[in-house]
Amino acid sequence: MTGGRRSLYLPNGLTAYAVAYLMVLYLPVVFIPLFSFNDAQTAAFPLVGFTTKWYAILSSIDAMHDALWNSLGVAVSTAVLSTVLGIFAARGLTRYRVPGHGGILGFIMLPLVLPEIMVAISLLVVLLQFGVKLSLVSVTLGHILLAMPFATAVLMSSFEGFDKSLEEASADLGETPMWTFLRVTLPIVAPGIVASLLITFTISLDEFIIAFFLSGTDPTLPVYIWSQLRFPARLPSTLALGSILLFASFLLLCAAELFRRRMAKRVGQADGGYL
Amino acid sequence: MSTVDGTAQPGQVARTAPGILSRLSLFSGEAGKGLTLLAPALLFMALLLVVPIVNTVLFSFWTQSYLDIDRTLTFANYKEAWTGEIYRALMIRSLVISGIVTLTTVLLAYPMAYFVAFHVTQRKALWLFLITIPFWSSYLLRVFAWKIVLGYQGVLNSGLISLGIISEPLEFLLYNPTAVVITLAHAWAPFAILPIFVSLQKIDRSLLEAAEDLGDTAFRRFVRITLPLSLPGVLGAILIVFIPTIGDYVTPKLVGGTDGLMIANMIQVQFLKANNWPLGAALAISAMLIVTTVAVTLVGLIKALGGRAR
Repeated sequence: MTGGRRSLYLPNGLTAYAVAYLMVLYLPVVFIPLFSFNDAQTAAFPLVGFTTKWYAILSSIDAMHDALWNSLGVAVSTAVLSTVLGIFAARGLTRYRVPGHGGILGFIMLPLVLPEIMVAISLLVVLLQFGVKLSLVSVTLGHILLAMPFATAVLMSSFEGFDKSLEEASADLGETPMWTFLRVTLPIVAPGIVASLLITFTISLDEFIIAFFLSGTDPTLPVYIWSQLRFPARLPSTLALGSILLFASFLLLCAAELFRRRMAKRVGQADGGYL
Repeated sequence: MSTVDGTAQPGQVARTAPGILSRLSLFSGEAGKGLTLLAPALLFMALLLVVPIVNTVLFSFWTQSYLDIDRTLTFANYKEAWTGEIYRALMIRSLVISGIVTLTTVLLAYPMAYFVAFHVTQRKALWLFLITIPFWSSYLLRVFAWKIVLGYQGVLNSGLISLGIISEPLEFLLYNPTAVVITLAHAWAPFAILPIFVSLQKIDRSLLEAAEDLGDTAFRRFVRITLPLSLPGVLGAILIVFIPTIGDYVTPKLVGGTDGLMIANMIQVQFLKANNWPLGAALAISAMLIVTTVAVTLVGLIKALGGRAR
């Protein structure tokens, strides 16, 4: 850089701004785990004392356990199905010259920019019209819709840097396209697939609006949390449950990031695949 | 992809092994194989996104009395949605709140994106990861966090009282449009940073060096080179925040009180409580139309501005 002395003060001010920005970004969320360990009914200062009893209470709530299993089932199905759809879509978009490439990609990314309530009510109305009973299946279908853009994006960056000559070598040695894909292509992009599975799982686990409109009588974890927000007495245990969900999402995403970076390195994207 | 690849590859595969994938192809050739692979995803989206939205559009022209749906096409729902005082008030409020949120979010995000693009040299990916983590955490929990921060007996009030800055809890923190703006701006911050960062990152640094060599000050370099070239990212950020926030349901419901409710809350009421799906559909479609119109106008305006700046 040829920045020179003139701009010496600007970066310092900017660095301070950036650090402050990050702190504000994290601060409100940090209060959830903080007060989940506080021995008081309300989330207020001063802190009274350390306790884990709110977590202990959680283990005795059956409705919460049901919601947890519901969420896990929906999240696993969403992760697998959206990733499988994403693998096909990403492969189709990166490996072949498809007419209308930009339009198709834009269409797949559409759920990202539509207001979620629009997607939720539209699905709700169609399902009820066709006499489909609301259940965890309808939630899963909605979640796949939301997760597929992310799966496709992650997988496209995996397939993009892929060295085509490896597949050609396999074909030349007499392997069928099917087996070439299963034995050469898939193992190479495996970290990208794992990253996609983890990301889509997390999206489904945390998603609220679709689940709220489409879950019928079986709540997912966020819908259960929503139902608890009305009761001030249950605030501490809701904070505890929220903390667990935050922590789980954080771990899942760190794992996803590791796999994504490994993939980026494998296909030789020096910038870590961000651009 | 080179022409040699494009022509030799499919033929080669077909000659050596006419496998299952190519036999399943709806169309022959390169494009056909690609489209075949895309078919499951596109079919899924057609069934679960296009059909439902078209259906909602149709619904907005129908009428409903209790459980019977009259399929005669009518503009009555739109008339009610556009002239009903409460709907109009909610729509305007949603637009204003979304507009303020978008403006604040993008203005605050720009320096952050600039910092990561121009001043972080070693750990760019780490910074980006730190910025995006909160966006991946549950949206409901992030809104809930603001509720406990701003509440009457909440973190901020109790904190200020403990510090002796105030003696009585402040009542104006929660349950009003300002709380909605703060919460939404916070929740959508990462969305605004990424597109701006990408467009800043792509700027050819030699342009800036050339301008400096020719005697431009840092400020002029920014206004004449960096800012115009980053406008596509700014536009992306505006759209990615403005369009979804206008339809937000959770934030107004949790921290907005009655004065902070937005159009999505009314849409939910029409669908789940009042059982007037056609009116709910007309409200939803109207909101989408308005947001699209505003977005297109904004894009045009900013493009015109960008053209003049250069």
